[in-house]
Amino acid sequence: MTTEWHASTALVRRYVAGDTGIAAEVEWAVEVHLESCAECRAKVVEHASVAPLLDQVWAAVEPATSAVPAGRRRRWLATWASPAMVPWLAMTVLVTLMALVADLTINNSYPSLVLLIAPIAPVAGVAAAWGRGMDPAYELVAATPRAGLYLLLRRTVAVLVVVIPLLAVTTWLSPVRWLLPCLAFTVATLALGGFVGMRRAAIGLVAGWSAIVVGPSLVAARPPAVLEPAGLGVWAAVLVLGACVVWLRGGAFNRLDLR
Amino acid sequence: MARVVDAAEVAPRTYPWEIAATDLRVRAGRRMAVDGVDLSLATGVHGLLGPNGAGKTTLIRALATVLRPASGELDLLGGADVREVRRRLGYLPQEFGFYRRFTVREFVEYMAWLKEMPKVDIPGAVQRAIERAGLTDRADSKLKTLSGGMVRRAGIAQAIVNDPAILLLDEPTAGLDPAQRMQFRQLLRDLTEDTCVVVSTHLVEDVAAACSDVILLDNGRVVFQGAATELAAAGTAADAGDSPMERGYSALLARKGAAG
Repeated sequence: MTTEWHASTALVRRYVAGDTGIAAEVEWAVEVHLESCAECRAKVVEHASVAPLLDQVWAAVEPATSAVPAGRRRRWLATWASPAMVPWLAMTVLVTLMALVADLTINNSYPSLVLLIAPIAPVAGVAAAWGRGMDPAYELVAATPRAGLYLLLRRTVAVLVVVIPLLAVTTWLSPVRWLLPCLAFTVATLALGGFVGMRRAAIGLVAGWSAIVVGPSLVAARPPAVLEPAGLGVWAAVLVLGACVVWLRGGAFNRLDLR
Repeated sequence: MARVVDAAEVAPRTYPWEIAATDLRVRAGRRMAVDGVDLSLATGVHGLLGPNGAGKTTLIRALATVLRPASGELDLLGGADVREVRRRLGYLPQEFGFYRRFTVREFVEYMAWLKEMPKVDIPGAVQRAIERAGLTDRADSKLKTLSGGMVRRAGIAQAIVNDPAILLLDEPTAGLDPAQRMQFRQLLRDLTEDTCVVVSTHLVEDVAAACSDVILLDNGRVVFQGAATELAAAGTAADAGDSPMERGYSALLARKGAAG
């Protein structure tokens, strides 16, 4: 293309500013001309202010960069354990540590308190993971696509990640005696929770274990027979059965229960 | 700022009604709180009106897929499966709980995550939702420091963060002062273009101001469904109430009482 014609400075200025008053054919002409004329492109550069463009890009980028790391970490944590679970997890840690202190101060012939409460240690945290009365945002969360068994299991994993290392350190026993019972109780809470609600399931299991096992073995000053390695088969059976029930009953965890 | 519109958003709808219910019955505890409701709702703002205990909350919960209907049919978005419906649902319960230590932004982001929004879209969508709800200047305040009206706006922000096709608001104006109520109605009017909004309320003036049509619920049944002006026309000077709408409201409820 021959380039005898050049866009006037005024026209370039209007073009750069995005003036809508320029007739469409003039704008076209300028555009085509700019492609072939380095002189006029230089004029564009001279008059162009990049500020609006920068503003636009910044507006798109800013939300991603301005988040403070602490907030991001908290949000990431919240995708695993809802804030409602935190106090219950803290309570679990505290009770376990108190049991440890008791174990260390009382003489050795007495059954280990930490071992006695190990099976029910995750129950409170798991119960707080889902359900009316435990999670304030329960109704909001229940209406989201992520709600349901997936979210509940994710939160359960978060509880176990806290509880199992804690027990491993505080029992200083091989995990054979408590790990399987602990998992069995976790699954039993979920399984029962699918029918009667997580809170009731947790209260029932904790009360039952305390009355049937913890109490008598404290009175008799003898470690309970159910936590001997011989009982592992039973715990494994409970675990498998509970897992089946949870799987079949999974649909109960993405709706509101009004009980 | 312009937003990327994906193909799914501009695809034609394949269903006539966002919400289609036939002979819907929903239990609340032992009571049948929604007892044979037929509804066909398309885009627009639908006011769900009725006295306390009429079954508004139960109906909204069923529409929000958190209560399973006892019987009857409920097709949302043309019978999509629950998870797909929930991705395109916004829900603000009547008494909505929240995590007090979260900031508004964290709360809305958390809800966006729960709604399975793509990770890259979340920061932008959250910012837009907070702006639309009018909370920009408090976006980084903790929820426990906000007033009741602002908390409710945070609730609205989480409801609209995923640009829902169905937006369910249960008593959203409860606890708002008159200025906030007017703001809220304006927000409703802005939303309606491609959203099916169901707003439950017991305030007749909310419906008059912001809704294109009215569903009047009493004892779990639909007593009246029609334009807001038709509701006003149903009342006569003899009926109780201070405005035509209120007179229409009490006339229809009284007529229902006399017939049943």
